Parts: sequence; structure tokens; C-alpha cells
Amino acid sequence: MLKLDFFARQRLIFAGAFALVIGISYGSIMVTEYDVVKGITSIPKAFSWLAENFIPNDAAMKRLPKILEKLQETILVSISSATVASALALIVALLGSNTTRINQGFSIFARGTATIFRNIDVSAWALILLFSFGQSSFTGYFALFFVTFGFMVRVLIETIDEVSSESVEALRATGASYTSIITQSVIPSCIPQMVSWILFMIETNIRSATLVGILTGTGIGFSFDLYYKSMNYSAASLVILVIVITVLIIEFFSNSVRRAVL
Amino acid sequence: MPLLVAKHVTKRYGQQTLALDDMSFSIEKGEFVAIIGPSGAGKSTLLRCINRMIEMSSGDMFFNDVSINNLRGTDLRHHRTQIGMIFQHYNLVNRLSVIENVLHGRLGYKSTLAGMIGLYTEEEKRQAIDILTTLGLEEQIYKRCDQLSGGQKQRVGIARALIQNPQMILCDEPIASLDPSAAKIIMDTLKDINQRLGITVIVNLHQVDVALRYAHRLIGVNRGKIIFDGSPRAIVNEQIYQIYGSEAGELILDLEDSYAKA
Repeated sequence: MLKLDFFARQRLIFAGAFALVIGISYGSIMVTEYDVVKGITSIPKAFSWLAENFIPNDAAMKRLPKILEKLQETILVSISSATVASALALIVALLGSNTTRINQGFSIFARGTATIFRNIDVSAWALILLFSFGQSSFTGYFALFFVTFGFMVRVLIETIDEVSSESVEALRATGASYTSIITQSVIPSCIPQMVSWILFMIETNIRSATLVGILTGTGIGFSFDLYYKSMNYSAASLVILVIVITVLIIEFFSNSVRRAVL
Repeated sequence: MPLLVAKHVTKRYGQQTLALDDMSFSIEKGEFVAIIGPSGAGKSTLLRCINRMIEMSSGDMFFNDVSINNLRGTDLRHHRTQIGMIFQHYNLVNRLSVIENVLHGRLGYKSTLAGMIGLYTEEEKRQAIDILTTLGLEEQIYKRCDQLSGGQKQRVGIARALIQNPQMILCDEPIASLDPSAAKIIMDTLKDINQRLGITVIVNLHQVDVALRYAHRLIGVNRGKIIFDGSPRAIVNEQIYQIYGSEAGELILDLEDSYAKA
């Protein structure tokens, strides 16, 4: 009897949740006066427009060297922001993790700072920094730097606590000094995850650099913005194609590095 | 002169939990002491107070007549080099080789810089190989620790403790994660270290029969209090029931059986 009640209750909860989701969707459609049928039928139309206009032609290919130059800038900004921010994040993470922290006050401070940096979106950072650095690569660099820093501190703190807490205890018990414990136990234990996350951040930064570029007027994002707004769709599509290929190449490269390290 | 004297050692976690409740005992050089008691009785806390991995709330311990509570910095590190520690989960750096893990036992003697870059003398390396050979690990010396079995990992842990040239070895549940045959090898090794090298051994154990068979002396604890302290021959069933807070017949073990095995 009791068991039956339990299952009936589970079903009721599920049905209730389902009805709620349907209700919210329907309500939103009503409020925004969204025409579902028109929305779905216009998808093929959008694609045929894309197919007609977004095809790189000869004129666009002439612009390729210029696009590649901008791409290089974007890639370099992404890599340098990811690596430098990760190095700084490692230091803060060592001071912030439960295993290797020096005192609790600093640990809370490190985690708090990381949370703030991480939870402000990269585009918000770009807009904020635009005031201080204007339209330059610096703005993009620092926007990517801050977000990477916040994210890496969080990830590294978790990696350190998860991977090395036991061996840190053992080394402390042998009388090893703090710096020896870090270099002989924490870093060797964390290296695979660390490399993997840095590569992940480089990939992510290249993707976000495009958006940041649109906002700050630098790099490949700026090229796209410029061609798109001047209705030079064939050149804009070439930019997209180049970005997609770059991201795929970098992902392939970082996957092979990951396999070698792990 | 006893090697270790504990005087009214008390450890509180927060306001409520009393892990160690006014414990006093002394341990002579060369003793093989087993500490038994239910989970949460304070066995691990007691062991970690000896090398100051955990700070006691009140009371003091004297190691070679020196009060350990006042040790700071280098003095504390020196105190820890005198005491090896072995863990239930081996606490090795799994990505490093066996010999690197063994040499970690020398870090307590290193200057900051030498420890940081892991600079070991030829003498230390030879000693590491000697110890590993004695423990039957000569074929594993350059293997990575994650390729070893549990019993082999624990022997690496013992080697790391031995290379410290310690006066005392603390073992926190050294055989709790091992199968019976690996467990026997480890306990025999500890006994051999105790007899051949004269190193004092203190072992936390869950297996009462193992404690009765190997130890010269038994300390039974329950809720942070010493219930029994004496020769394994002197303990009677009623005292074991008292240590584990159980009624007669509720434990797997009865004394007559284990004496028959010994």
C-alpha cells in the first residue's frame, strides 16, 4: 500500500513538472505574440538566403591575406591570454585550495575573486574594458585574460584538492617544506589536467575572441563585423569559414597533445 | 628514557566532538604497539598528533624528552623527519616512478632550493635502491606507481618511510585496503623493520586478530579514551567487547580462536 503511494506520488510530481513547463512555454508564446508556424516555415527560407549570399567568391578570396593577418592576431591574443592567465591562476589556486592553502582567509579571498572574474561574461568584460583601453587588442586580451583567470582558478583548485591531497599529506609528514611539496607532489600530480584545461581555454578563447573582436573592433571579429555591415556577405562568409577551420585544427592539435600527456 | 610520552592529550573538533579525551601513555624505544578500536574512536587523530599533522587542543607529547607542542618551522620539520608515516591509501604520487616516490622521504632533510628542484645525492639514490631491493621491489624501481598492485604500493610507502632513517614509524590502517596475502607481507615487513632495525612501530588496526599476533603491546581506545593498555596476552574477551562497545558474541572474533592461530 505504502509502496504504491510512493510510485503514484513520483508520477504525480513528474506530470506536474511537465504541465508547468508546457504552461510557461505557452505563456511566453502568448506574451511575445510569436507565431510558431511562421517561425518554423521561415527556417528553410533563411537557409536558402544563406546559400545564395554566403558563398565566398573570387573577390572575397582576394581579401584572404588580410583576413589571415587578422586571424593571426586573434589566435596569438587567445593563446597568450590563456597561458599567462593560467600561470597566474595556478599561483592563486595553490593559495586557495584546501590542500595547499596558507591560511583560510586567503583561501576565501582567492575563491571569491575567481568567482567574480568568472561570472562576469567575456562580452561584459570587453565592454567594461573598452572604457579604459579603447579599441585595441589590449581590451580583448584583458577580457579573455580575466575570464580565463577566473575559470582556471576554480578548475585548478578542484584539481589540486582531488588529485594531490593524499600525497601532500604524506610529504608534509616527511618534514618536506612547502615549496618542495608543491614542486614534487602537487604539480606532477596535476600536470595532465592542467595541460588539458589550458588547451580547453585556448580553444574557448579563440571562439570568444571572435565575439570580443566584434565588440572591441579588433582581430578577426572586426573583419567579420566590417564585411557584414558593408553587406559584403561573401567576404563575411569567408571569415566564418576561416574561423571554423582554425577551431577544428586547434581542437585536433590539442586532442593529440592531450592523448600524449594523459 | 621513553621515546614518546603523551600527557593528558585532548583533541576537540569544534565545541562538541571530543576525539581524544585526556590520553596519557608512554612508549619505549623498539616497541611494536597496535592501537585498536572502532571507527571514529580517535585512532587516526592520535597518530597524527604524534607528528603534529593535527594540533592537539590541550596536553603535550614529548619525543626524546622534547616537548613537541612548541616546535615551529625548521624544528617541526626536523621532528617529522624522525617519524615515518604509512597510510591506508599509500598516498604516493601515482604519476611518478617508484624511486622518485621513495626519494620523497629525503625531502625533509633538504634545503628549500634542493627540495624544490628535487636534487638528491648519489648516496641517497643508492640507499633508495637498497631499500627497494630489500623489500622485493627491484624490478619495479623505474615503473610508474600507478602500474603497481596495492601491496607493492604499500611497500613503496614503507620504503619512503625507511629512507627517512626514522626512529619511529606510524602506520594508519596499513592493511585495510589489501588482500590477506598482501596484508601478511606488509605486517611481516613491519615486524622485520621493528626487530632488525630497532625502529619503534605504532600501527592503527581494524583487525584485532592481526594486532594480537604481531604487537608487543596493545592500546584499546573507545570514544577518545584508553580502555586497555598492556600485553596482548593479558587482554580478555570482556575488554575487547568494552573497546568495541559490543555485547558478548557480537564480534567475529573470539580470543581462543586467535591464540590457536598464533
